[in-house]
Amino acid sequence: MKSLAELEAIRQRTLEKVAMRKEGDDAVRVVVGMATCGIAAGARPVMLKFLEEIQKRNLQNVTVSQTGCIGMCRLEPMLDVIMPGKEKVTYVRVNPDMVPRIVAEHIVNGRPVQEYTIGAAEGE
Amino acid sequence: MDLFRAHVLVCGGTGCSSSGSAELIKRFEEQIAKNGLDREVKVVRTGCFGLCEAGPVVIVYPEGTFYSRIRPEDVDEIVSEHLLKGRVVQHLVYKEKADEEQHVTLDNIDFYRPQMRLALRNCGVIDPENIDEYIAFDGYKALAKVLTEMTPEQVIDEVLKSGLRGRGGAGFPTGKKWQFAAASKADQKYMVCNADEGDPGAFMDRSVLEGDPHSVLEAMAIGGYAIGASEGYIYVRAEYPIAVKRLEIAINQAREYGLLGKNIFGSGFDFDIFIRLGAGAFVCGEETALMHSIEGGRGEPKPKPPFPAVRGLFDKPTNINNVETLANIPQIILKGSEWFASIGTEKSKGTKVFALGGKINNTGLVEVPMGTPLRDIIYKIGGGIPGGKKFKAVQTGGPSGGCIPADYLDIAIDYDSLTAIGSMMGSGGMIVMDEDNCMVDIARFFLDFTVDESCGKCTPCRIGTRRMLEILERIVEGKGEEGDIEKLEALAENIKATALCGLGQTAPNPVLSTLKYFRDEYEAHIKEKRCPAHHCQKLLNYEITDKCRGCTACARVCPVNAITGKVKEMHHIDRAKCIKCGSCMEKCRFGAIVKN
Repeated sequence: MKSLAELEAIRQRTLEKVAMRKEGDDAVRVVVGMATCGIAAGARPVMLKFLEEIQKRNLQNVTVSQTGCIGMCRLEPMLDVIMPGKEKVTYVRVNPDMVPRIVAEHIVNGRPVQEYTIGAAEGE
Repeated sequence: MDLFRAHVLVCGGTGCSSSGSAELIKRFEEQIAKNGLDREVKVVRTGCFGLCEAGPVVIVYPEGTFYSRIRPEDVDEIVSEHLLKGRVVQHLVYKEKADEEQHVTLDNIDFYRPQMRLALRNCGVIDPENIDEYIAFDGYKALAKVLTEMTPEQVIDEVLKSGLRGRGGAGFPTGKKWQFAAASKADQKYMVCNADEGDPGAFMDRSVLEGDPHSVLEAMAIGGYAIGASEGYIYVRAEYPIAVKRLEIAINQAREYGLLGKNIFGSGFDFDIFIRLGAGAFVCGEETALMHSIEGGRGEPKPKPPFPAVRGLFDKPTNINNVETLANIPQIILKGSEWFASIGTEKSKGTKVFALGGKINNTGLVEVPMGTPLRDIIYKIGGGIPGGKKFKAVQTGGPSGGCIPADYLDIAIDYDSLTAIGSMMGSGGMIVMDEDNCMVDIARFFLDFTVDESCGKCTPCRIGTRRMLEILERIVEGKGEEGDIEKLEALAENIKATALCGLGQTAPNPVLSTLKYFRDEYEAHIKEKRCPAHHCQKLLNYEITDKCRGCTACARVCPVNAITGKVKEMHHIDRAKCIKCGSCMEKCRFGAIVKN
């Protein structure tokens, strides 16, 4: 170890991997519906894509967790993105190709991808 | 290392390991792989979470769900429900009381809420065998700060201002110790970590070493820089195999990263650490005996002065700190002495880790700010006494400490308040006693320990404590005589005044403090040949009362055939034959047998 920068690099690299164990409630939460209906509709590849994107972008403070069926099985795979202090946004009929946009526009830049949300789907 | 969406933290401390946590880890890994979750869920073995009573403990993040007493067969359910489907397995979640709602996360539990975890901050949070995780939680940042921004004098000054006092027992200001060692001029100095935790019932140092070994290494390097030492020794007992293994792993990882070795952070500062195993002699926790043992000699103390800061290990200036003391250092450097000094009481700063044991519901490890009322520790955190029994006393400070009776439950715990009531902080063992514990027998137990552990070098300790033990043994056997108490007191004062080292000087404390607060129990034993707690076997008498229905169960279970009587008639115990084993009382379904 020759410099502070090296130490900081290791810290940053590892931090995102352990961030969920840190105290504080300011994390962005991605909650994927993973009941039988969600899994059957393809929620698992969606979730894995989220993990991949979060890691690629080195995002800290984002946790991905799963939940059960919320009763709208026809719209699965569904997921919520919950930013601290904001109302949760529910995305429906998500496929892995949609994930990079959700991460880039919503999680990174704070602008929900309107056309993927439940509001857009219900308006059809 | 990939990013995982969930972490399963399984306690790998000694308590949970002995209740099978290694098997749980294997089962988790198998089940996770079987369900195809191995890219999403990571299993981490951590150090002690503290609530050993509820072990083996498993925590699932990001929810922070706190599962307790997990058996291998429960693992399948946690994986298939919680990890696969995202449904918390309610019936496995830790419950504080049977009728209470389940608390899903750690922070909501009464056991943790009043706690403040500084020395234990990473225990149960990081993987102790992974240096990257320690670094992610600001590890080695304090060392970097010290080496790149501060002079040794500034480091010592910061520790001095923080008010940190030694957590090993005596409570000597750590900054002062560093100052003395820094002031000594020599070509070689040493930094020693005393991990020879020996008090019966104390296991905080073990938990720090098992759960967060890097914090100790980092602090030793900081101390080494401050006093001008380039080598450090950790003296740890061989009975702590998990701690030793994790220390070895940690030292190797730190060397690989160049956090130990030559020219750390390009500062020109060299520091390396070596482990020395102790064979478990209690006296080796005494610093001069400890140094003898590291040098390869017999673990025997020698008179001070010269103090280790002047002539210590290998006759060079040496600084010795306890594990828990060191675990506080990195944070003092990072967050500043003012932050640390804002916690605790006027003369005792920061927090203290206590190992709760004995007659208490939540056996385990707790860390609270100095000045926390004893009552909060016993009742709020510890969950009170099992079986609705009455609190009698708590023993603090191990064989060098004393017993605190119920009258002092509201005392705010710090170094000075404990000393003032005849006990001491010690390393932080707390053994809780209820109405069934005989205080004379407790004193006998601790003295038996010190007699056993006395190294034999000085007469007061070798012979004096043995004489005291003989008197106590007589008393609990009902052979106490008038004048025994006075003899005990005289011996105690002599030993305190004349023994060579701390072990001998403090050995009479358990006797003196029980005499101070429970003199009536001693008198009952001696004068009335009676044990008020109904504990001392030789002073007990079992009797059958008229509740007896003549079922003959007691007569059949009696190993010495001391019980006679006909079917459906009241039975009788022959006192001359009775060996007071208590089997009859256990067997009786009618509550007809009493002891008095």
